[in-house]
Amino acid sequence: MERIPILKMGPYLLVTIQVDMHDRIAMTLQDELTERIVSDRAKGVLLDISSVDVVDSFIGRMIGNIASMSKILDAETVVVGMRPAVAITLVELGLALPSIRTALNVDAGMTLLKSARKMMGNGRPAR
Amino acid sequence: MAVLRDEVIGLRSTDDIIKARQLVRDCAIFIGLSLVDQTKVVTAASELARNTLVHGGGGEMRLQALNDGPRRGVKVVFADGGPGIPDIELAMKDGYTTRGGLGLGLSGSKRLVNEFDIQSQVGKGTIVTIVRWK
Repeated sequence: MERIPILKMGPYLLVTIQVDMHDRIAMTLQDELTERIVSDRAKGVLLDISSVDVVDSFIGRMIGNIASMSKILDAETVVVGMRPAVAITLVELGLALPSIRTALNVDAGMTLLKSARKMMGNGRPAR
Repeated sequence: MAVLRDEVIGLRSTDDIIKARQLVRDCAIFIGLSLVDQTKVVTAASELARNTLVHGGGGEMRLQALNDGPRRGVKVVFADGGPGIPDIELAMKDGYTTRGGLGLGLSGSKRLVNEFDIQSQVGKGTIVTIVRWK
């Protein structure tokens, strides 16, 4: 079965979706990613959807779920590389994903994660 | 109105939703839709194919490339023999869901196309037709 690779980059995990999102692949990704956040003590997830040409409400919900699950596990999610046509379609569909952080590309997403960590006191608990 | 292409596929598993998306994309490219319009009609088809599968218990999708005088379009018909929709007006509301989804399938896909029609009979099934013109 096809799987989506999860790459470790320092304290972050990079997930690049390059296959047509099948329901089972989406479910497997949720399971594996949450496991990896815990085992790698990841502080952030970069979800690269630059190769994804369709985001319907199912895939949109999966992206939202990944962000919520990561948040509970103390990792921020940034969705990067959304295509303009996908953004237009999502908003018309009624799925504006308001609670999800986005960046135009992986570099910008990484910068966003780093600055978010700095503001949180570099990952140490706030006093 | 001339029909330039005519295809029918079964919608029985989630694999068929992916297949449906690819066929609609091909057809949208064939009639020369812009990238944004391709994405809109493919997304609408994906939502409706999932409805056919999840709510209708499976069915089929008919895809046509149309030539109507100066304009060309993609027409997609989703038909199932499922339980039908008792209250279409309610089902068309944003956020209304019977299965714990986001409730955007019908209302959202309507916004993504130029023509949208839904016929449903309780106990008999549902037919949804969409058209996106170039």
